Amino acid sequence: MEIAIISGKGGTGKSSISAAFATLNGEVVLADCDVDAANLYLLFNPSHEEEEVYIAGSKAVIDYSLCTNCGLCVSYCRFDAISLIDDKVSISEIACDGCVLCSRICPDNAITMVPNNKSMMYSGSFRNGKMVYGRLAPGEENSGKLVNMVREKAKQTAKANGLDTIILDGPPGIGCPVISTLTGVDKVVIVTEPTISGLHDMQRVMGIVHKFNLKAYVIINKYDLNTSMSTQIRKWCKESNIEIAGELPFDKNMVEAMVQKKSIIEFNPNINISKKIKRIWNKITNQKK
Amino acid sequence: MIKIAIASGKGGTGKTFIATNIFYTLLQNNYKAMLVDCDAEAPNDTAFFDAELTESNEVTQQVPVINIDTCTFCGKCHEYCNYNAIFILPPMKIIKVIEDLCHGCGACSVACKFGAISEKPVSLGQVALYSINGLPSLIEARMNIGVMSPVTVIKAAIKQIDNNADFIIMDAPPGTSCPFIQTVASADYVILVTEPTPFGLSDLKQSVETLKKIDKSYGVIINRTGLGNSSVQDYLFKENIPLLLEIPFKKEIAGLYSRGKIVSESDSSFAVQLLTVAENISKQYGNSNNKR
Repeated sequence: MEIAIISGKGGTGKSSISAAFATLNGEVVLADCDVDAANLYLLFNPSHEEEEVYIAGSKAVIDYSLCTNCGLCVSYCRFDAISLIDDKVSISEIACDGCVLCSRICPDNAITMVPNNKSMMYSGSFRNGKMVYGRLAPGEENSGKLVNMVREKAKQTAKANGLDTIILDGPPGIGCPVISTLTGVDKVVIVTEPTISGLHDMQRVMGIVHKFNLKAYVIINKYDLNTSMSTQIRKWCKESNIEIAGELPFDKNMVEAMVQKKSIIEFNPNINISKKIKRIWNKITNQKK
Repeated sequence: MIKIAIASGKGGTGKTFIATNIFYTLLQNNYKAMLVDCDAEAPNDTAFFDAELTESNEVTQQVPVINIDTCTFCGKCHEYCNYNAIFILPPMKIIKVIEDLCHGCGACSVACKFGAISEKPVSLGQVALYSINGLPSLIEARMNIGVMSPVTVIKAAIKQIDNNADFIIMDAPPGTSCPFIQTVASADYVILVTEPTPFGLSDLKQSVETLKKIDKSYGVIINRTGLGNSSVQDYLFKENIPLLLEIPFKKEIAGLYSRGKIVSESDSSFAVQLLTVAENISKQYGNSNNKR
């Protein structure tokens, strides 16, 4: 079973809740799909048994010994990445989309494509099973392909080790990496918080969940920071036929656990919030699709 | 004029909180300020103001349309497409454009020697302009649900900035990949907002590395101090990175923010702190020789 944890809004507690789910009972495969800001490895310090380079597209580079500064590439580029500065052709690495068109049309073969090969995928073991995570190099396009690679590896790892449960800690937002995290999963958990942004972003991410016809559960994290907003979220979920798996209070222990590099369950399984998380997990996993 | 981007590697550290409060404080102090919500996947800035929509423009991208009658199924367009957005089965005479994968680069149109490819615009999102107290001062980038990347919509929003303003405050998307880079690339200064936790520190380090690479000036605001530990402060001290402000965790702040209220409206000492941060940055980096 693959369970994805997403939120729309960042910082609602996806990773802390994923970490708790991953340490509740039996061994699991934990996959960090937030490749742009991977964090779970900080808590679990997994062994690096395998690593793989991820090629995140390529960037156009000019060979000035061949370039005649004719400017043809400038007129073809639709990403405003190429300009003539003092009659010299210049490519902005930031704006280049890697479409290869300039390289194809250059009459002097002066443009080559250099692969972006600084992104990595790692897999190994942590104290409650196996872990897979990706780290996208800064500035690169988060196309969702690295997320796909992480998920594929997580599935293989689960199969090879006879593990049934794959927990996917998702990225914020609603773009391609989120879509890649969601496609084909068995269940989706949306972690929200009682703020206007939390509600708006949850509504936007539900648009994606509906497109893929997935079963979603909502967790209202830190519900007691604004109880009237929590009521509003509950109301919206009811009207939209979305099940609320549970509500968690604001608890400083969640931060303290992170500081000690533990999940809240490892920090103290007997406190109220840990018990609540366990109940939520049982509710989500005991229901059929 | 100065463009300040408010960014963070980690989501939920308080980017929108800082951006909206600085912007509000600047307006209160009679500066001509603009707020640009560049978090096109999850824009929320308008919720904090009594903002009136004055203009909304569709952001589109060109995607190919293939005329089956003139297509020879030679496969050249498929070969030119670097995004696998053209699916072709020549023996079956099947060719399809997968619009979701298309980046609108136009390579297929160049590739086709038979004039079988034309283009049509598809919507990616909107850039909306809002007025506050009758003055056009808020630009929002909003990506359509289901679109893969917010970058084009963000770029379109940045193009609409009125360069006559004293302060441009840009609320950046989380992370350090393309959407973040597109936003901070046009800024004179970047305020990184973090929280004093291991996750906050790790993502802060990644943001700092990225900003160093593109040679941007930056400083840090630590939000919710009192929770977590002092590792972020230690890191800033060690790396000699300016700590602009520390905002203690208070349930009242969280409560006000959650209801879409501006904290600096009721908390005058907080307003003074934010104003000082913004004015100091402007003095030091304003009207800089920003290359873009």
